[in-house]
Amino acid sequence: MNLLEMKNIRKSFGELSVIRDISLSVTRGEVVSIIGPSGSGKSTLLRCATFLETIDSGFISYMGQVAAQEDATGAITYCTHEEMKKIHGYFGLVFQNFNLFPHYSVLKNIMDAPIVVQGRQKSEVREEAMALLEKMGLADKADFYPYQLSGGQQQRVSIVRALAMNPEILFFDEPTSALDPELTIEVLKVIRQLAEEHMTMVIVTHEMQFAAAVSDRVIFMDGGIIVEEGSPEQVISNPEKARTRQFLDMYNNR
Amino acid sequence: MSFFTMLETMSSGMLKTCAIFFLTLLFSLPLGFLVSFGRMSKNPILRNIVKVYISIMRGTPLMLQLLVWYFGPFYLFQIPIRGYRFTAIILGFAFNYAAYFGEIFRAGIESMPQGQYEAAKVLGYTKVQTFFRIILPQVVKRILPAVTNEVITLVKDTSLAFSLAYQEVFSIAKQISSSQTSFMPFLIAGVFYYIMNYAVAFAMERMEKSMSYYR
Ligand SMILES: Nc1ncnc2c1ncn2[C@@H]1O[C@H](COP(=O)(O)OP(=O)(O)O)[C@@H](O)[C@H]1O
Ligand SMILES: [Mg+2]
Repeated sequence: MNLLEMKNIRKSFGELSVIRDISLSVTRGEVVSIIGPSGSGKSTLLRCATFLETIDSGFISYMGQVAAQEDATGAITYCTHEEMKKIHGYFGLVFQNFNLFPHYSVLKNIMDAPIVVQGRQKSEVREEAMALLEKMGLADKADFYPYQLSGGQQQRVSIVRALAMNPEILFFDEPTSALDPELTIEVLKVIRQLAEEHMTMVIVTHEMQFAAAVSDRVIFMDGGIIVEEGSPEQVISNPEKARTRQFLDMYNNR
Repeated sequence: MSFFTMLETMSSGMLKTCAIFFLTLLFSLPLGFLVSFGRMSKNPILRNIVKVYISIMRGTPLMLQLLVWYFGPFYLFQIPIRGYRFTAIILGFAFNYAAYFGEIFRAGIESMPQGQYEAAKVLGYTKVQTFFRIILPQVVKRILPAVTNEVITLVKDTSLAFSLAYQEVFSIAKQISSSQTSFMPFLIAGVFYYIMNYAVAFAMERMEKSMSYYR
């Protein structure tokens, strides 16, 4: 069974057709990277998968539970509020600009949702949060506020915040694009570590070497469609499509 | 009349001024939140009604509004207005200040980055949880300076209740001054307003400090 199943997704903003019939399934433990020029619809695809945008047509399910599908007339219907609450527990999303809660300490950023949303025991959540911070080398920052941290540290905290919800799958939308090169390295290291632990992940990134190293599958998107898809060797090292080659050349000659 | 007799006579007016001040805040702050929600509502009818309300409240003198609240019921509906004076004053002040607070709250809420809502949504917070746990605390911090300005203006605006012959500190000062041909009551009233605003500024500064632990 696929952990995530997206079929024939379409999404327009007014006249602008941004996602044009994309299907994407992810199995447990798989790491999928999405690459492509800016404006190709990568963020929108993740936002559709995480229900920050509603789709115009297609099908989405998590763990076999249908979240969105077309009814007989072709209109999209989303599952009930209760079902959606459950499905929300299956995924996490790491944003390009972190979106930490500035009025909460690092620890509270991490602990608040598990306690408030999932209704878990405070002591147990704290233990787990501290263990995760330890793992990320941030244990000494537990009582800091986001503004006191570097961008790389903030992004690692936001990854911990997502992990503390125990998601089945984690989405990353250009997690290092707002960071300096040396801070990028520390964040990529953390994601690589998660990949080694077989965390299921979908990562939108411009870091080609990183994508090649951690991914089981690479997807090249352009103009709202999947142009090419396959192993990193296929897509990044030996792309078949001219459009993919052109994009990668541009990257290598930067 | 000695200084202390004046002070004593005026003290009842000071209490009434404080009553207008605190009751206005008590009603206009929550009402201001409703106004801001109405102003941001997706329902165009509600949104436009609130817009017109705000524009009237801000576009006409508060003194005129007080007169309308007080005499309106009688002139429009022949309802006797005996014993209604204080209620009219509080209604006038509360609805006027709610319009100003409403606009401040709206500006504060609209200034919040979309990413805060999105992060909360992905983490599974409900809309109500998101508003009260994530958005509101940050909005309060952002709008505090603007609210302080309004509250300081309110302290001084309470003197407008004199237009309905309400015996707050300014009205009494005027009466004593003309009966005693003395300048002293004005001085006392001035010092009173100043001290009250000093206290307001002090309290608001404390609040701002209590929220300065983050940026
Ligand atoms: N909320 C929106 N309203 C209108 N247009 C949007 C919106 N979000 C994205 N777009 C447009 O959709 C296209 C794809 O955007 P996006 O998914 O962010 O691309 P990418 O992440 O690959 O750079 C862009 O042309 C962008 O301007
Ligand atoms: Mg993007």
